[in-house]
Amino acid sequence: MLNIGGLTEGVVLDHIKAGGSMAIYNYLNLEKLDCSVAIIKNACSNKMGKKDIIKIEGIPELDLDMIAVLDPTVTINIIRNGKIAEKRSLRFPMTVTGIIKCKNPRCITSVETALPHTFKLADPEKGIYRCMYCEQAFKRN
Amino acid sequence: MRHLISPLDLSVTELADILNLAEDIIRDPAKYSECCHGKKLATLFYEPSTRTRLSFEAAMLNLGGSVLGFSSADSSSASKGESVADTIRVISGYADICAMRHPKEGAPLVASMYSEIPVINAGDGGHNHPTQTLTDLLTIKNLKGRLDHLTIGLCGDLKFGRTVHSLINAMVRYPEISFVLISPDELKLPTYIREGVLDKNQIPYKEVRSLEEVLPELDLLYMTRVQKERFFNEEDYIRLKDTYILDAKKMALAKEDMLVLHPLPRVNEIATEVDSDPRAAYFKQAKYGVYARMALIMTLLGVHVD
Repeated sequence: MLNIGGLTEGVVLDHIKAGGSMAIYNYLNLEKLDCSVAIIKNACSNKMGKKDIIKIEGIPELDLDMIAVLDPTVTINIIRNGKIAEKRSLRFPMTVTGIIKCKNPRCITSVETALPHTFKLADPEKGIYRCMYCEQAFKRN
Repeated sequence: MRHLISPLDLSVTELADILNLAEDIIRDPAKYSECCHGKKLATLFYEPSTRTRLSFEAAMLNLGGSVLGFSSADSSSASKGESVADTIRVISGYADICAMRHPKEGAPLVASMYSEIPVINAGDGGHNHPTQTLTDLLTIKNLKGRLDHLTIGLCGDLKFGRTVHSLINAMVRYPEISFVLISPDELKLPTYIREGVLDKNQIPYKEVRSLEEVLPELDLLYMTRVQKERFFNEEDYIRLKDTYILDAKKMALAKEDMLVLHPLPRVNEIATEVDSDPRAAYFKQAKYGVYARMALIMTLLGVHVD
């Protein structure tokens, strides 16, 4: 397995669905960070077979809850002094705007492109979001 | 300011008030004939409709009000690319209330977010059609005498049929309601209604393909048309359009007091020989639609008659 150096202080986004790390990287605007960021794709996982991991050096201010919208399987570990200091669980936000897009061709957002794509949490247990306009469920890849 | 975008925008109590008002209008229409004098209804119809638009216009005229509007997107500024938000902001200055039909789902909700006048959803794509639901409830209440303890058969296009989705949402709030969902596999009720409304509210239902086998158990049969305009692929439409045809032979299997409802227009899903059957209620239903819309317009405008 590819070896990436351990973090002394930082954030590890683990159990990202294989292939999903770039979407999270882009959503969190990690390219704007000054610190080291490692993206590990297709790492071996006992639980998932393959998974992606993102390691961020330092503990920047990030809106991590929104990651649950993109991939609810992600776990977040905060590393301090080289050890896991905190395991943060994700919570599904009630409303999400501008992160995911409605793909229903019959939705008003398909023709009025200036409208914000807003989704509401319809099922907190399953993490199902529905478009506020047409109520179509968002399907994760 | 109140809008009616989804059938669930009205509580059971508010619905009862509107239905009671509609029943009073049926009893004494003259009492209400001038109550909206000086008020204007804008009918913003971005896709063709005869029944719903004329029903709204008749309702406002019956109340002594007046109407203005357009009946297709081609004759509105939508053809020039104007957004729904801009259109409604302008119309807010011309009328006191508006009814909007739009092929895109969620358009009336967008209008309500920018409007200064009450917006009534007169049908948005395959999504909601709350005034048809009001009409259906008024018809059922008047002809069955109740809105509870009913086994309701929904037949035909349950996937794109917005009237069916709205009716389910409204009826699950009454006690002892059960549904029989009759459709081809391709036009089954969407999961979000089946799981999100029926399962969530623990409403008994079954999904079948044969109309004949379930007809004897129904108190109401709600027929729907397979809508050509909802298909992207004409081959699918042609394959599915004749799946269910209700005729006199099938009606012989039904209860003596079962009602047949249909939001109309029908194509061939109800044979014309059924029209003379006393259980055929769809033309009465269209008439009830005017009374339901009269009561709704009065309620949203805050107009009262002593």
